[in-house]
Amino acid sequence: MTGAPPAIEAVDVSRTYQLDGVSVEALRGVSLLVQPGDYVALVGPSGSGKSTLMHLLGGLDRPTGGRLVIGGRDVNALAPPEMATLRNETIGFVFQAFHLLPRTSAVENVALPLVYRGVPARQRRTRAAAMLGRVGLGHRLDHRPNQMSGGEQQRVAIARALVTEPTVLLADEPTGNLDSVTGAAVLELLEQLNVESGVALVLVTHDQEVAARAQRRITMRDGVVVADSDNRHDRPPSVDHGRPATLVPAPSAEPRSASGSGPGHPSGGSGGAAGATGRLPREVDQGRPGVERPGGTA
Amino acid sequence: MRLAEAWRVALDALRANRLRSALTMLGVIIGVASVVLLVAIGTGTKQKVEQQVEGLGSNLLLVVPGRIEVGNAPVVSPLTLKDADAVSRVVGDPDRVAVTVASGATARAGNRSDFTTVQGVLETTPAVFTRSLARGRYLTGTDVDTSRRVAVLGDAVARTLFPDRDPLGQQVALAGVRFRVIGVFAPLGQSLGVDRDDEVHVPVTAAQRLWGTQRVDGIAVKAPDRERIEELGERIVAELTRRHPDTEFSAVTQQQILGVLGDILGVLTGVLAAIAGISLLVGGVGVSNIMLVSVRERTREIGLRKAVGARPRDIGVQFLLEAVLLTTIGGITGMALGVGTALLVDALSPIPAAITWWSLALAFGVSAVVGIVFGVVPAQRAGRLDPVVALRAE
Repeated sequence: MTGAPPAIEAVDVSRTYQLDGVSVEALRGVSLLVQPGDYVALVGPSGSGKSTLMHLLGGLDRPTGGRLVIGGRDVNALAPPEMATLRNETIGFVFQAFHLLPRTSAVENVALPLVYRGVPARQRRTRAAAMLGRVGLGHRLDHRPNQMSGGEQQRVAIARALVTEPTVLLADEPTGNLDSVTGAAVLELLEQLNVESGVALVLVTHDQEVAARAQRRITMRDGVVVADSDNRHDRPPSVDHGRPATLVPAPSAEPRSASGSGPGHPSGGSGGAAGATGRLPREVDQGRPGVERPGGTA
Repeated sequence: MRLAEAWRVALDALRANRLRSALTMLGVIIGVASVVLLVAIGTGTKQKVEQQVEGLGSNLLLVVPGRIEVGNAPVVSPLTLKDADAVSRVVGDPDRVAVTVASGATARAGNRSDFTTVQGVLETTPAVFTRSLARGRYLTGTDVDTSRRVAVLGDAVARTLFPDRDPLGQQVALAGVRFRVIGVFAPLGQSLGVDRDDEVHVPVTAAQRLWGTQRVDGIAVKAPDRERIEELGERIVAELTRRHPDTEFSAVTQQQILGVLGDILGVLTGVLAAIAGISLLVGGVGVSNIMLVSVRERTREIGLRKAVGARPRDIGVQFLLEAVLLTTIGGITGMALGVGTALLVDALSPIPAAITWWSLALAFGVSAVVGIVFGVVPAQRAGRLDPVVALRAE
């Protein structure tokens, strides 16, 4: 398992914006590894740099410092058209606002990435329809976004993200615009796809309950990773009963303490120590089952 | 594949904003239609003038005193019938030489009168110029030699003076002197602004006696062959210059007349097309404007397309196609409108209009080019959008 090349490798990545002549450091030296099949939650308060990191991991943006390798390709060496191809082949995006094309049927929305890959029209439709079937929308192929519920729209977006069979699925607050029941269902779907297809799932969220379901949680603050903790012991049953209430078989105080962990705290000794650099969660987690979360939230 | 998608998206975008697309196209439609229409009018006028010049007769050489240039005052002619004889000797065939001495005069018959042009001519006139009779006969050599007072009436003159009678054999008073009508011309219409049905031909000798003069205004020669027409003109001018050393003479061919007129009409057509071109340009600016709006409106869509793998070029091509579609659809509609209007103008007004394939090709090409030129900046802007910024746009 550890022999496989990482899906994404970031080494001391920084990103500085120029706003009206003032430099703003959105990311200051972030290092991490995302392995194929990972389930990572990226948490942190707004302004912590998690969206910036997300854009970098998805190849939508380039670091101003450090090294970022996506799907084996160094982003700094790629021209914009090559970046586009990289995104098309390696990354799937799911956005909070769905970003479906209006006036365009579900199946055509899902087929869109295949257009830019040069897949023939008939094959596009077949693959898009199959993918919609996998997200439970086989009966909605020709519905347009305005004819579907929010949950259905997000499922279409998920199908679109996965139709190219990417190695990494980046979901930016995928449940942010959905009610809790629908949101939970969408989350389950994402997790199920993560397990079934082996696509690495990187979930940006500010919801600690959502974050707690991930195999691994990366906490950001002020442009740096302050904790990189592992929940992997919860992982196996997550598909079967991965509902918010049964997230972690831990003390009942869990939800409250989880909310407290958002704003950062340097305490998470376990995560903070090893987390900043790209470690491999699979190797670490066995050593301390059940320690991660309480430690991170103390 | 990607191109097919770009077409589909561009069409869809136009369809989604029907009114806006139609109004933008209207600018192009008006521009192209006016180019087509004005070029058609210019071309039609030129063709009509050419027809009229050709209609004078073929291989014509007109010899007049003075220099033929726009704006030159006419010169009093020193030419007489003796000069015409000299020209005949140069040409070698008297039947190919015609003369004219013309003046305005009142023609009167009974209580009807008409102010018309009386032309003193030789019997050779119908052979030199293309002229055919509707009734009666033309002047003969004897008529000319004996200064007989006989007249051939233009169609309009005959209608005015003898509305309900056969004019043949009737008397007509020209400048107070009575002439007998021996023939009536077939209608000919306007030629270079002169109503050629409003004239009366009489023997040149009789005309000279009428006005008490020996002069002839000009000499016309029907050259035996086209190739040596210029050379013949030079020889005639040389002969006349020898006879009248103080006067300058010009011999012009139809081709030269057509050349001068063609230049004038060409400039005119060019000016008209340029004015119409300005409106096409304004239409193009409208396209550019609406494309910038379209890019701004669909910024999020651009961001999404980029996120799923569209390259800058894919986005650029999509918007460029949208602009080109706007202008080419507008261009085709404008062409149809321009052609229709031109046909209508030609049919319902005295203004001639002729559609030429090149003006249509030009109008279509220009409208497509306008689309590319005015679509390129918005398209490039769309292609270069930062996907992160684009996805966040509202």
